[in-house]
Amino acid sequence: MNTNAKKREKAGAFLRQSSVPIMFVIICAVCIPISGLSPSYLINEIVTRMGRNVFLILSLLIPIMAGMGLNFGMTLGAMAGEIALILVSDWQIVGIPGMVLAMIFSVPFSILLGWFCGKILNMARGREMITSYIISYFINGVYQLVVLYLMGSVIPIRHGSIKLPRGYGIRNTVSLLNMRQKLDNLIPLTIAGVKIPVMTFIVIGVLCLVIIWFRRTKLGQDMRAVGQDMQVARDAGINVERTRIISIIISTVLAGIGMVIYLQNMGNIATYSSHSQIGMFCIAALLVGGASVDKASIGNVFLGVILFHTMFIVAPKAGAAITGDSMIGEYFRVFVSYAVITVALVMYETQKRKRKSLEGQKLAQAQKGEQNKGQKEENEA
Amino acid sequence: MNTNEKSGFAKFIDSFGLPRLIITAFLLLLLVACPFVGADLPTQISNIISRFSWNGVLVLAMVPMVHSGCGLNFGLPLGIISGLLGATLSIEFGFTGPISFVMAILISTPFALVLGSGYGWLLNRIKGGEMMIATYVGFSSVSLMCMMWLVLPYKSPNMVWGLAGKGLRTTISLEGYYNQVLAKFLAIKIGNFTFPTGTILFFAALALAMWAFLHTKTGTAMTAVGSNPVFARAAGINVNRIRLLSVIMSTWLAAIGILVYQQGFGFVQLYMAPFYMALPAVSAILIGGASVNKATITNVIIGTILFQGIVTMTPTVMNNMIHMDMSEVIRIIVSNGMILYALTRKTEAAT
Repeated sequence: MNTNAKKREKAGAFLRQSSVPIMFVIICAVCIPISGLSPSYLINEIVTRMGRNVFLILSLLIPIMAGMGLNFGMTLGAMAGEIALILVSDWQIVGIPGMVLAMIFSVPFSILLGWFCGKILNMARGREMITSYIISYFINGVYQLVVLYLMGSVIPIRHGSIKLPRGYGIRNTVSLLNMRQKLDNLIPLTIAGVKIPVMTFIVIGVLCLVIIWFRRTKLGQDMRAVGQDMQVARDAGINVERTRIISIIISTVLAGIGMVIYLQNMGNIATYSSHSQIGMFCIAALLVGGASVDKASIGNVFLGVILFHTMFIVAPKAGAAITGDSMIGEYFRVFVSYAVITVALVMYETQKRKRKSLEGQKLAQAQKGEQNKGQKEENEA
Repeated sequence: MNTNEKSGFAKFIDSFGLPRLIITAFLLLLLVACPFVGADLPTQISNIISRFSWNGVLVLAMVPMVHSGCGLNFGLPLGIISGLLGATLSIEFGFTGPISFVMAILISTPFALVLGSGYGWLLNRIKGGEMMIATYVGFSSVSLMCMMWLVLPYKSPNMVWGLAGKGLRTTISLEGYYNQVLAKFLAIKIGNFTFPTGTILFFAALALAMWAFLHTKTGTAMTAVGSNPVFARAAGINVNRIRLLSVIMSTWLAAIGILVYQQGFGFVQLYMAPFYMALPAVSAILIGGASVNKATITNVIIGTILFQGIVTMTPTVMNNMIHMDMSEVIRIIVSNGMILYALTRKTEAAT
């Protein structure tokens, strides 16, 4: 009887946790036949998008582990990656060497920005998410200042093809034709008409292994401790502030490298808009995979990418097929992205409150018990 | 003596806030530089005043939620949507001229009440995480409405796409409806300088009402809830009810605010336009001296003037001075920097 109830409770908890993925499976299952897209096209698209996005999404995992919530500041890393790519393409270093150089070059920018972000988040404890969100806007302003006004006038940019005609500032799109899908096609492999970006997947696999390894290191353990309870971690002698800053720096650096991978797949940089939505889409994908604000695994990342991007591909077509207006589907997918994040945030906050009140009740009971005990002892005496 | 003065000055900076001081100095510098770069000062000042009058009510909408401890209302788009519904329905029902403005307010009110109560109910369940969730409530409602503007059966030929005959346009001209209806009311014109008396009076009336409300029993209760919810509960105040009321007020003011903005601007902007309207309002009130849990009407007025001043002045002055339009970048950095500054201040919102 008792085990049955427990089982039911477990099943209920599982259902609650995976309600978002299940909902997405249903949406996809309904939309795929309506959209009329062929399976081979769909699979091709999904595999491409996996290669493009997974690295970026993986960068979100470490701050979640450290209890800092969804790192909306990953946009900072994306901007660092873009700056590095712009410079490298101005130096005309092409192909894989150019990509590797851009990745390496993005790291110092990422570290600097990540350190700044971590510092500020430490000052705004308890509202990390909204703060990291505003930081991404703030740094976007700085980014525009650098790219639109300083590049070409202060920072030397030689090639006219990426400079605005007025002599300074970078054009709206910077072509990466020399790097386009160089990483994806390094080891060409096509299975049943599906092109697989083997090298990109290998890089992603390595990152997954690194993350798994990192969790077991001293620093990883420290982060988990900080994520669980800052006070306890501090009492245990962990430098909480430092650990939190490091977690944001790692996330930003990974996002920078991820952005280089993302852009080599796209083949061009939309200088002023590539990064603006990336944080939102990555976070939405992660949440669709069943992650929450305080718990996310590598499995969530992969499931999330597949489900979210299936929805992303089929929604406009399905919307057009149902209503005869393709814009509806476009708006629908944007709406779903935001709605998923909203629901996840609401669920996280309500659970946090529930846990808090439960703890409070327990504490009250314990105190009461102690009091009773004390009284009993007194009576006995 | 000297040290005394210094500490007095330091105290002044402390209370006024360094970023605010820098922004004020920057604006003054722009105003002084104005004649030297060949821009017309009266035009500029009248621009600032009219932009202040458009945006004042939207910024005022921040006040109730800050007072009740719900933080900055990043969910402003929700109220804006109620206003947009009021505006479009008023036009759809065939009202014209000043009446259409009154009707827009009347029609948007029930929407604001319903949406506001839902929003307030949600915020009561997630105390402590209001700001982030408010942001995303705003975003999701805007993107939901993007679909609705296409689907809802609007018919008025002034609003729908000409060819398809359905689906609202992205911008709708208010010519013949309530374009400038407040601004032209008793407007004072001296040369290049125009004073939009009606809009300012409208804002003043709402601000005065807000000020009076904050001094009523319910208003004081609201402040109490914001500054110390535990104490407020002990004093017998129904915290959730007060918070709900503040959210509804904020949403309604946002609805009115966007209508006032439209009458000045002359267009209704639909679809993604409300998306980023919360951030300017939030940073305006913060520039005015408000913090995450404290805001006054004075903060609203000063903040809106400073913020709109910089927004209107930088393009003209900068353009003439260095032939580089950096205004957009400056606006982004200043407004978001201000929000960041406020979020990192150690004014712990009690939970």
